Amino acid sequence: MPDLQPLWLTLKLALCTTIILFIIAIPIASWLAYKKNFFKTVVEVFVSLPLVLPPSVIGFYLLLAFSPANFFGAFLEKHFDLRLVFSFEGLLIGSVIYSLPFMVHPIQSGFAALSPALREASYSLGKTKRQTLFKVLLPNIKPALLTGLVLTFAHTVGEFGVVLMIGGSIPGQTKLASVAVYEEVEALNYHNANVYAAILLVLSFAILLVMFLYNRRLQKITII
Amino acid sequence: MIYFTLGKTLFTADGATNLLVDCSIKKGDFVSLYGASGVGKTSILRMLAGFMEPESGQITAGEKVWYHQQKKINYTPQKRSIGFVFQDYALFPNMTVQENIGFALSKNDDPHIVTELMELTGLTPLQNRRIQTLSGGQQQRVALARAIVKKPGLLLLDEPLSALDDEMRRQLQDMLLMLHKRYQLTTILVSHHIAEIVKLSDSVIHLQDGQSTQYDDLDLFLQSIAFSTELTGSVLKKTANMVAVFTEHALLELPVSSDMALKNGMNVTIDKSRLNILP
Repeated sequence: MPDLQPLWLTLKLALCTTIILFIIAIPIASWLAYKKNFFKTVVEVFVSLPLVLPPSVIGFYLLLAFSPANFFGAFLEKHFDLRLVFSFEGLLIGSVIYSLPFMVHPIQSGFAALSPALREASYSLGKTKRQTLFKVLLPNIKPALLTGLVLTFAHTVGEFGVVLMIGGSIPGQTKLASVAVYEEVEALNYHNANVYAAILLVLSFAILLVMFLYNRRLQKITII
Repeated sequence: MIYFTLGKTLFTADGATNLLVDCSIKKGDFVSLYGASGVGKTSILRMLAGFMEPESGQITAGEKVWYHQQKKINYTPQKRSIGFVFQDYALFPNMTVQENIGFALSKNDDPHIVTELMELTGLTPLQNRRIQTLSGGQQQRVALARAIVKKPGLLLLDEPLSALDDEMRRQLQDMLLMLHKRYQLTTILVSHHIAEIVKLSDSVIHLQDGQSTQYDDLDLFLQSIAFSTELTGSVLKKTANMVAVFTEHALLELPVSSDMALKNGMNVTIDKSRLNILP
C-alpha cells in the first residue's frame, strides 16, 4: 500500500483553493457580469488565460516571480519572511490563479442569466447592493455556484503542470497525488501508481455525479 | 407635487429619437403615460426611478431634488422613495409570496402592513406559496403589494396589466384604484389601453415623437386622440361584397365593393366617419 499522504495533501489543496476562489470570484464575477467597458474586456481575458495557456507556462512564470533571486520573491522574503517556491503556500497561489476561470465563468453566467429587473426591484425596495447580492442574486444562482465550486475542486485535484513547476515534489509539503502517480510510473511501481490513479478517478467521478444529480433536482424544483 | 423635465437620446429600431418631456404631477394623483410602443414610456419610468440616467433636466419630488443635471445631483433608486412594478413582475423566485412582500420592510417598519396588503389583495391563502406556482394575475398582485409596502412617494407601474385577459384586467384595475386611494399614493401607470386610462386616471401624459403633452382634463385627451388615432386592423376573410377585419378589440364585418383588391392578412385603415353606432 503506497503512502496516502499525497492524497490528503491534494484534498487539502483543493479545499483551500476552492474556498479562497469562492470568496474572490463572487465580486469579480458580478463586476464582469454587470460592467460593460474596455477595461472589463481586458480583465475577462486575464481571467480566461489559464484556460488556453499550457500549465507549464503558468508554472514557469510563477516560478520566476516567486524565486528569491527576482524582485517579487526577494520582496516577500525580506518583508514577510515568506518563500513561495517549493512550498504549500506557493502551490495554493498557483492553484488559485490556475483555477480562476473555472470558478468565475459559471458564476458570471449565472449573474448574467438573471433578469436585471430582479436587481432593480431590490434597489427600488431600498436594499443596498450588498443586501441585494446576498438575499436576491446569490440565492437565485445556486446551480451556478455549485458548478463553480465543483469544477474548481475537481480541476485542482487534477492539476499537474503548474504544481510540478512551482511545488516540486517534497513529501508532505508539495508532493500531490497527480505528481505521485507520475513518479511511481517513472520508478516502474505500477501497482502504487494504479492505487493513486484509481482513487483520483473514483473521487472525480463521484464529485461530478453529485453535482449533476443536485443540479437536476434544483432544475426540477424551479420548473414545478 | 412631483415635477420633472427629462432629456435623453433613445436608440430604437427606427433610429435615434430625442426624448424631451416636461410634466408636473399633483400629490395623490393617478397619472397615465400614454403613447405608441417604442416612444420612450418605459424609459421615462426608469429615469424617474433612477435605473437610467437622463442626459439633461431635473426631477423634484416635494422638497427633495432627486436629480439635477447641472447641480450634479443624482439620487440612487434606494434614496428616491419609489415603488416599481415591472412588466415581467420581477418577483424573487427564491422567496414565498409573504417573503417577497415582506422583503421591502426595513428594520424598524411595522410588519403589520404585509398582512394588511395580503388581505387587501386576496393573497392571504397563497402566502406560503412559491412564486413559480402562481398564475399571472396572482404574481401581478404580489408585485403590486410588494411595491406598496414602503408607502412610496411615487408608485411607477410599467404596463403591468398588459399580459392579462380582460376579466383579470378589470379586477386588477379596481384593486389598483382602491390601493391608490387607501394609501394616498401618487401613481404613474404606463398604458396604451384607452378605456383603462379613462377609468383610472386624473390626468394623462401623452408621449408623441419624443414630446410630452399633459392633459388634466380627460375629455381634452380623448378629443385629441379621436382625431389622431386611426382605426386599423387586418383582413381575415373577404367574400364578394363583405370583408371581415380584425381590429385590436373586435371583429368587424363591413360591406365592400367587390372590385376592391383586398387579400387576407392585409393591414387596412377603416374610415371612422362611415361607421354607425347602435344604442
